[in-house]
Amino acid sequence: MRQPTSGTTVTLEPDSGPTLAELARQHGLAVSGARPSLGAYVKQLWSRRHFIWAYSNARLIAMYTNARLGQIWQVITPLANAGVYFLVFGLLLGTDRGIDNYIAYLCTGIFIFTFTQQAVTTSARSIGDNMNLIRAVHFPRASLPLTSVLVQLQQLAPSMTVLAVIMLATGEGIDFSWLLLIPALLLQTLFSGGLAMMVARWAARTSDLSQLLPFVMRTWLYSSGVFYSIDRFTGDLPGWVVTVLQFNPMAVYIDLVRYALMDSMGSPPGYLWPAAGGWAVLMGVVGFIYFWRAEEEYGRG
Amino acid sequence: MADLLDAPASGADTRVPTVIVDNLHVVYRINTGGGGRNSPVAALRRIATRKQAPTVREVHAIRGVSFVAHRGEAIGLIGSNGSGKSTLLRAVAGLLPPRRGKVYTQGQPSLLGVNAALMNDLTGERNVVLGCLAMGMSPAEVRAKYDGIVQFSGINERDDFTSLPMRTYSSGMAARLRFSIAAAKSHDVLMIDEALATGDAAFQRRSEERVRELRAEAGTVFLVSHSNKSILDTCERSIWLESGVIRMDGPSTEVVKAYQEYANRR
Repeated sequence: MRQPTSGTTVTLEPDSGPTLAELARQHGLAVSGARPSLGAYVKQLWSRRHFIWAYSNARLIAMYTNARLGQIWQVITPLANAGVYFLVFGLLLGTDRGIDNYIAYLCTGIFIFTFTQQAVTTSARSIGDNMNLIRAVHFPRASLPLTSVLVQLQQLAPSMTVLAVIMLATGEGIDFSWLLLIPALLLQTLFSGGLAMMVARWAARTSDLSQLLPFVMRTWLYSSGVFYSIDRFTGDLPGWVVTVLQFNPMAVYIDLVRYALMDSMGSPPGYLWPAAGGWAVLMGVVGFIYFWRAEEEYGRG
Repeated sequence: MADLLDAPASGADTRVPTVIVDNLHVVYRINTGGGGRNSPVAALRRIATRKQAPTVREVHAIRGVSFVAHRGEAIGLIGSNGSGKSTLLRAVAGLLPPRRGKVYTQGQPSLLGVNAALMNDLTGERNVVLGCLAMGMSPAEVRAKYDGIVQFSGINERDDFTSLPMRTYSSGMAARLRFSIAAAKSHDVLMIDEALATGDAAFQRRSEERVRELRAEAGTVFLVSHSNKSILDTCERSIWLESGVIRMDGPSTEVVKAYQEYANRR
């Protein structure tokens, strides 16, 4: 089958154009740098799971090496954030009307939003910042935005511990509904991962995006009902705007956690869980495929 | 050494090609940054008129290169600065998409440059572990190979440098560690960009040995270097590239000699 025919003596004469392609086929050579199929890509990514895990740990450790308090900042940062927003929105502007436990309400919103926000903004830099690695070693590039998401997920753990303490301190009781936190965060992670991969591809192409991203994220923050209850501020707005605000994925994920942890919130509206699941699957799948489709181009810079 | 390479050339072709480059053209766009009007107003006008920034220039770096590399070969790439050597390696590694033509390879080629550390803020130790994991090793394999890699790189000879961030390394040390990480795994196709010229004499000797070992493990090695000595020591075959075109392809002794004559004339 694969015996060299007389035609293959041209291997010594590399100038003979089209037969090189034949020679490559005969010996089973593949086109270099070609994008793997989606299934093969998933498999490759799974085989690098140790890399993704080890890299996110390393990044987490490197993050606070220059601070004297070190890892304690993982707890101080969310607390300080919550403190600032409480001062501005709770005490000065008084957006807390109609909310029973405003401190818990606010902290939940900030911690949950910060997770996705940080995951997306750090992913936007993940390709450019790791160009040395990308040009030195072959690995599925989706590992990089996923690492950024995993770093943020690990930072969410101390935030959630702080949140639990705040809940108890402000009079919310522990019950079985707290367990709903786990599926809620899982769905949010899936959503954030998809969005992170999508943004990572955009930012790899146009580096201006990372300048623009903070403004986009801040707009999103102010429209996601972090500091106020969307229902209380939508009186004069047309119906479709209210619907958009309610189905805004970040508002959905924030409310899921609020309903899970806070007794004072009552029971969640019926659309909440389907919306959370829908956003997670949609963004996770679309973001992953979108990132994969440019896999061969990330080394170009 | 000679019989390894020469024997197959005499009879029918029993050599196994590992890299086939077929009429390759690479064009890339570079952001020159300087030059032109770079004020915000000018930039806005460019966006409004959808004109390309004058600071972006296209460089036709590789113009129709074709060659076949075989298993067990070590091929030197020589040529003046900017002749397209590094670009060619990147294209073979699949990191720069070709404008025209194709590159076929056996397995995944691995490119080894010396320009920078892998992850500057992390310690040498973590770079070794992460580099190996990124290449697809399992954690157990990494543990088994870790000591060998550090020892080979020799960065711990004077002090415990593995526990320091890589940005504190000298460029030679970083290059040595990078070479050691990449050389820990046997690659089907290993491409080295000036690595051998960087380390000190002892490391150069060790890395030349390692390159021989890698070749014995049935791979193909490409070496870009401005040191004619390391080309002659490591490679039997050389390709001389000038302005993105192959000037000469043949036994290293002849190609290096011709290149030296050319360089002396200029």
